[in-house]
Amino acid sequence: MSELFSVSTSPHVRSRQTTSAIMLDVLIALIPASAFGVYNFGLGALVRIIISIAACVAIEAAYEYLMHQEVTVRDLSAAVTGLLIALNVPVSLPIGMLIIGDAFAIVIVKMLFGGLGQNFMNPALGARCFLFISFAKWMTDFATDAYTGATPLAILKGGEEVAELAQPELMDMFLGTTAGTIGETSAIAILIGGIYLLVRKVISPRIPVSYIATFAAFILVFAPGHQFDFMYMLKEICGGGLMLGAFFMATDYVTSPITPNGKIIFGIALGLLTGLFRMFGANAEGVSFAIIFCNLLVPLIEKITVPKSFGKKKPEKEAK
Amino acid sequence: MGKLTFKGGVHPFEGKELTKDKPIKELLPEGDMVFPLSQHIGAPAVPVVAKGDHVLAGQLIAEAGGFISANIHSSVSGTVKAIEPRTLATGGKCNSIVIENDGKYEEVEYVKTKFEDLTCDMIREKVKAAGVVGMGGAGFPANVKITPKNPEAIDYVIVNGAECEPYLTSDYRRLLEEPDKVVTGLKIVLKLFDKAQGVIAIEDNKPEAIAVMEKACAGEDRISVKVMKTKYPQGGERFLISAVTGREINSAMLPADAGCIVHNVDTITSIYFACIEGFPLTKRIITVTGDGVKDPQNFYVYLGMNYRQLLEAAGGAVGEPEKYISGGPMMGFAMYSLDVPVVKGSSSLLVLKKDEVKDLKATACIRCGKCGQACPEHLLPAKLAVLASKGKIEEFEKLDGVECVECGSCSFICPAKRPLAQYIKSMRKQVLANRRKK
Repeated sequence: MSELFSVSTSPHVRSRQTTSAIMLDVLIALIPASAFGVYNFGLGALVRIIISIAACVAIEAAYEYLMHQEVTVRDLSAAVTGLLIALNVPVSLPIGMLIIGDAFAIVIVKMLFGGLGQNFMNPALGARCFLFISFAKWMTDFATDAYTGATPLAILKGGEEVAELAQPELMDMFLGTTAGTIGETSAIAILIGGIYLLVRKVISPRIPVSYIATFAAFILVFAPGHQFDFMYMLKEICGGGLMLGAFFMATDYVTSPITPNGKIIFGIALGLLTGLFRMFGANAEGVSFAIIFCNLLVPLIEKITVPKSFGKKKPEKEAK
Repeated sequence: MGKLTFKGGVHPFEGKELTKDKPIKELLPEGDMVFPLSQHIGAPAVPVVAKGDHVLAGQLIAEAGGFISANIHSSVSGTVKAIEPRTLATGGKCNSIVIENDGKYEEVEYVKTKFEDLTCDMIREKVKAAGVVGMGGAGFPANVKITPKNPEAIDYVIVNGAECEPYLTSDYRRLLEEPDKVVTGLKIVLKLFDKAQGVIAIEDNKPEAIAVMEKACAGEDRISVKVMKTKYPQGGERFLISAVTGREINSAMLPADAGCIVHNVDTITSIYFACIEGFPLTKRIITVTGDGVKDPQNFYVYLGMNYRQLLEAAGGAVGEPEKYISGGPMMGFAMYSLDVPVVKGSSSLLVLKKDEVKDLKATACIRCGKCGQACPEHLLPAKLAVLASKGKIEEFEKLDGVECVECGSCSFICPAKRPLAQYIKSMRKQVLANRRKK
């Protein structure tokens, strides 16, 4: 027998799970929020969603092609980024600006740092903050045919320009029939997607639960003028980018801790910062900046939360 | 009864359907028999025969070369043809005694002993003489295992019937077909440890075996059957101990440090044969299976016989299989040739039509953390693999990379198809080699 068989090191079998299957799950989980965005804001939302996804995929492919790298858009990660960016902008944002945001997310935040898995900041949130700083006027203009310009969070925060407006109803905020970015208004639609991700074990509940719980506690205790106002707390949870951020942005694998305890610390830090920014900051919203800031803490958090390896403590006396 | 388990692990395709209902068939060997001198952990055995000697089946041909070592016996009668290096299933070469089988199977005289007459010293002596080693793959000499420093501290003797590796059914068939031998084997070991209770641990994907064993140990007040959740690597010694007793051991400890003695099903049966029938370890059960085999079977085979004959006895290969594995798909060794002998630790010949890892391309780590969730040692394989690939040995040790049991769960689960276990295993070997040097 001269012919030799092929050899490799064990294991000789692999699970069916792939990166693109995970990304596809995220896209599926974002369908309810996207669909609601289109229902709430009209065709303009659909156009922005499609263009943003297409732009992100095209920009990543072009970048990789020009840099003589393997084109990896089939892993769908660029599509997820594109969709998330669209969900994070107001429906009235000019398309050119949206595409600039897409390019920023893909080229600056993701590819320049080494591509998938190497970025230290969530690309979609990076784009949101970049757009917010660069085009503040457009990024804060939430007026549509259906809604006046003020988001529920802005009304809750109070101030001269919204003093006359009626306080938002919790049910509207839960369902999402309010002003806001395309994909953030409907808590229920986001929750459905979040539960899908939890059931499919794409994400663990650690980050969203610790994030939202910490935030809720913070609001209950510290909200100026609304201490222990449960209704106010629930509105704060349903309002703005919190739900979308907690389930889809903070749980981004690349920019969140991989250690189980690290995820909880990360969530707590997010809850505190978001509360702080929203209650005591200049803006009504604070989720994006809180997540981006905590993204920077990830290496540190991971360093202090390395799990105890099996059998490292003294064996228990008896555990029947 | 609650099902016992551990944290972590994966659920590979089981593949046990192929052979679980195939009764054990005895297979007579053809051609030369090869007995490698290292079929166990520890020092190689030292030959006590020379070229040209005539040997009988069951005759000692090499004796233990140290405290941690094991005797080796011929499984057939015949003439010693050579003592020369031969290729093993693991790919390396090992000095081996080659015996030309005369086909007569003339045996040495075996001394039978009654269970009641066995004393502790006799048991240890007989197990040692018979060359019994752990037959789940690791090959730790059984007599050393049953001679812990502090026998008083042993309160569990566990028979490992988890058989968590996909495809393998040799332990399962043994439990089904010879439950009494397993129970008696366990009772023999229990004789050594007055305070210990016997546990037969079986995964819940083998309900028939659980039923048979429960019946077989009815009335034995020191023995119970415990049901484990089916999850790989439940049969790993550390995770079996933790599932049964709640105690955890690390790489620096032995099961005895947690008050446990763990034996594989086939090992405990060999202990039975050694003590009661007086047989040395010269045969074992091996599963020949996989989609690349025409007629998958469980065989009772003579140690030293050729793997190629196993495949032929199972109807031969289907087409041109791409991969031949000795052992299970998770921890087994891919073989480049079938001209290797069956040894004490050979549990299976797995033939796969398609080599599914050959064409896989590793893509970027997305830090999903699934490897960490799957790791039964609660390590961070993604990080360890990066450190290993960069040669950062100190940081690797800091993150307890040495604790890795090489189960392969991380590579299995990785959605980016990164060969995490491969990186970790190679650096782990380096670390262990460095430690030995010191």
